[in-house]
Amino acid sequence: MAATAQDSQAPLRGPEKKDEDREDETEFSPFYGIDKGAVLQEARVFNDPQIDPRRCQQVITKLLYLLNQGEVFTKKEAAEVFFGVTKLFQKQDINLRRMMYLCIKDICPGADEVIIVTSSLMKDMNSKTDLYRANSVRVLCKIIDGQLLAQIERYLKQAIVDKSAVVASAALVSALHLLGNNAEIVKRWVNEVQEAAQNKNNMVQFHAVALLHALRASDRLAISKLVTSLTKANVKSPLAQCLLVRYVAQVIQDSQPGANGEQRPFYDFLESCLRHKAEVVIFEAARAICNLRDVTARELTPAITVLQLFLSSSKPVLRFAAVRTLNKVAMTHPLAVTHCNIDMESLISDQNRSIATLAITTLLKTGNESSVEKLLKQIGSFMSDIADDFKIVVVEAIRSLCLKFPSKQRALMNFLSGVLREEGGFDYKKAIVQSILVLIQEIPDAKETGLGHLCEFIEDCEFTYLSTQVLHLLGQEGPKTKEPSKYIRYIYNRIILENATVRAAAVSALANFGAACESLRPRIIVLLRRALSDNDDEVRDRAMLHLEQLEGKAGGPEAVQPRVDVNLGAMEKSLADYLAGPTDKPFDISAVPKAPIPTRGASALGLPSGAAAASGAPGIPATSAARKDPTAEYAELLRSIPQLAPLGEVFKSCESVRLTEEDTEYAVFCVKHIYESHIVFQFNCTNTIAEQVLEDVSVAMDLADAADFEEAFTVPLDTMPLNGVGQCFTVVSRQPGAIATGKVVNILKFKVKEIDPSTGEAEEEGYDDEYQLEDLEVTPADYVKPTLLGNFRKAWEELDPATEKEDEYGLGTREGLQEAVEAVIGILGMQPCEGSEAVPPNARSHTALLAGIFVGYQQVLVRMSFGIDAANNVAMKLVVRAESTELSEAIHQIIQDA
Amino acid sequence: MATMDPTLPLVKNLLLLDSEGKRIAVKYYTPEWSTVASQASFEKALWNKTSRTNARAEAEIIMFDNVVVVYKYIGDLMFYVTGNQDENELILYTVLQAFYESVTILLRQQVEKKTVLENLDLVLLAIDEIIDGGIILETEPTMIASRVTMRGADGEQAPVPITEQTFSKALASAKEHLARSLLK
Repeated sequence: MAATAQDSQAPLRGPEKKDEDREDETEFSPFYGIDKGAVLQEARVFNDPQIDPRRCQQVITKLLYLLNQGEVFTKKEAAEVFFGVTKLFQKQDINLRRMMYLCIKDICPGADEVIIVTSSLMKDMNSKTDLYRANSVRVLCKIIDGQLLAQIERYLKQAIVDKSAVVASAALVSALHLLGNNAEIVKRWVNEVQEAAQNKNNMVQFHAVALLHALRASDRLAISKLVTSLTKANVKSPLAQCLLVRYVAQVIQDSQPGANGEQRPFYDFLESCLRHKAEVVIFEAARAICNLRDVTARELTPAITVLQLFLSSSKPVLRFAAVRTLNKVAMTHPLAVTHCNIDMESLISDQNRSIATLAITTLLKTGNESSVEKLLKQIGSFMSDIADDFKIVVVEAIRSLCLKFPSKQRALMNFLSGVLREEGGFDYKKAIVQSILVLIQEIPDAKETGLGHLCEFIEDCEFTYLSTQVLHLLGQEGPKTKEPSKYIRYIYNRIILENATVRAAAVSALANFGAACESLRPRIIVLLRRALSDNDDEVRDRAMLHLEQLEGKAGGPEAVQPRVDVNLGAMEKSLADYLAGPTDKPFDISAVPKAPIPTRGASALGLPSGAAAASGAPGIPATSAARKDPTAEYAELLRSIPQLAPLGEVFKSCESVRLTEEDTEYAVFCVKHIYESHIVFQFNCTNTIAEQVLEDVSVAMDLADAADFEEAFTVPLDTMPLNGVGQCFTVVSRQPGAIATGKVVNILKFKVKEIDPSTGEAEEEGYDDEYQLEDLEVTPADYVKPTLLGNFRKAWEELDPATEKEDEYGLGTREGLQEAVEAVIGILGMQPCEGSEAVPPNARSHTALLAGIFVGYQQVLVRMSFGIDAANNVAMKLVVRAESTELSEAIHQIIQDA
Repeated sequence: MATMDPTLPLVKNLLLLDSEGKRIAVKYYTPEWSTVASQASFEKALWNKTSRTNARAEAEIIMFDNVVVVYKYIGDLMFYVTGNQDENELILYTVLQAFYESVTILLRQQVEKKTVLENLDLVLLAIDEIIDGGIILETEPTMIASRVTMRGADGEQAPVPITEQTFSKALASAKEHLARSLLK
């Protein structure tokens, strides 16, 4: 039966050609050695008085083949071909005519040439033959301008309501294209289009519905009416039904949210589409429901159920569509997707790697702490047979999972080290090493195991770049561990076995151990001596320098790892100036401005700053991205000040605040560091005047408006550096763990010494002076810092409901909800959870969840609901739960003060 | 194209490549790939990503560079349909089906590079009947095939799609066909 069917559809092409090359089994192409010039020559047959339709058809095919292969025809050549083709209209051959239509469309004649074919095409438009009418409508509409369009408008209107589906579709699709430039004319056809929307043919109905919508696209009310009438009418065509689902979703999106519990208009319609017989409609509806703004779990359930069925379909396209949609839902509603986890797990081994990767990242989003091990086992079996770029996505997902569940770091770290040992390209290995580096930085418990894995990795690492990076890290972190000696063997092995670059890095790393651990120093010296006979200059030089330093010469052991506290930009400039000027004096590095703040270890390693935030990595939920945390930036600096050591660990460092106006003699910034029972005010001071030296700098505080504080001590700054940054500290104490607030008045005190312009030296005698700085406010927000939270709902329920405080605030006119949400998050300084900081576009209301901890490590959680009205006025309801009522009130205080 | 209603499903391109990734017949509908060079690099990237996958039994799908591509291999040919990354994958799949099934009908099941090149006009026309400037024009393969061959244009009855043929009619035409071939 199939054979008959195909024969009844047989092409009219001559079979003779086929028989000729039957024997020729090697690849045969009728276009072999085709040449544009020759084909254009051949195209002269169009001008023959006796037209051979088959021959002409072949020539047109060759021309189209050339166009298709990217050959470019000059304007003249195109015009010649076009004129030739127009001559063929005198021949009534249906197949030739069909090729002519295609050729004219592909050549796209210029405006002045169009006129030649319009009459022929208009004749075809009135032909009795449906296919002539349909094709000529398409060709004409593609090539004419507005003026000609007005002339043929009448025919097009007729064509839209033509009995033949092919003609009606051709006219409707052409109208959709014309809408761009000739909307006024097309709008006059709306009655005909309405009629066509009732057409029994699926495609005609689809095109008519699309055109009806496009005609009303700018008018919300008209769209709403259209949707109401279409949902009542029986739309039969699956594609038209898909359009309708999209329109309905749009109407829901634009409508005001109903009160709680009230069902959305048209939700029933979407749900009924889930039971449509065409898969394409079912999926469109499920997707629309999943993308609804503020979708509730109850609304999601039926959509998730059909998507779950698609997950086990035999068609990859269906599985992909479903898993992609669920992956998106998992970002906002992880719980709703957990039902699909079993089906999702079986997709990990899917042949289509896009599906497998989407399944894994979905599982990583929905997974809870207890399922981590199981998940890792499954991923492990699948990792070996996927491409590197997918592996990188997985590694990054693992990294964010580890940051989310630090208690699972052991299992996750083992997994990373396992994949590190396997085969892989540079980018993949780099992603793993970077992930381990980030985890070492972020999770203290992971440090020792992480270093251990990295040591093993460099034993057999073919990438110099990664080896040197790891060696550098070992040199930094190794000496601080409990048992530094165990790393030495790994590092020394590099000196014996590796290339010069790695050997040099290993020498420096070893020297770091020697400098930091006195007990190891004699052994390190022995090892370094062996590198003195290295055949590479750099390795020998480094070994020599470090040996001298370790033996107490050339600056001593402290100089092994010089703290580069100069501003590198300024250093470069000073050096250039020095070289440009007279050079009899040696270069003085102390004249170079100091760097503003010591850089974090992470940035020294060449990681993007705050790499823990895993910014931009695909497939990583934004929830796990830690907010940029200034605390870590300052920690090292604070540790280096001996006077501050008795205060304990810093809880939080606030953002830097400017206390002077711009362009004043002194620039002072203040950073507040919150400790358990103290606040350290760090003043970053800069002298901007070269004619004076400022010495013995400190900041005195008037605590009259901050009764809960008591001044403890100050750490003065010897000299305020010129155009560099120096720090002085003022420390105040308060009740341990208390959230004391108030306003602090600051006075900068210092001794001024003028510089004698003739000698360039400062005067012996100076005088005391002071300078009034701006006041500084200590607010409750200073005591709270963001914290990562895996499961907000669980944490919320665990907190005592009695501590709950609720209030409503008007936020005034805002640009949009997203801006309002970001502003409040910025004020509270807390961590958004579960991706709730992202407001869906066009949303009229939104709920954001925040987590933070107060000083003394007390948890506080915030649930904020935002609503926006037509005039962009934003209102917010803020519900807080914390470990004590006092803390809840403090949060409200922050908002009231803002 | 720029002002097209965003709710309308659009196709960015239809591609027919050979087993080495060489272009046989292609049609681009959006301005993203306006030069031949950018088209060639897209086709190369696509072929590199898909050529080692198995898309014979069932059509496969891949997402990259902000587009979704559904594809299927038949013989030594690869059929691709590209759409926006937010497009309903099943709509693209419907177009892909229309593409390879109509070509299969037109080439009388002989779907291989050789026959495609010999009948390139039919393939180009099929593409023209499936998509018009990015808009889906028709998805029923038999309908597409009959429009390509202009059946019904020279006064004979428009063909009845196979799906609507009754069994007895099909049997009758099979008999007729058999008889004719015996008489040859």
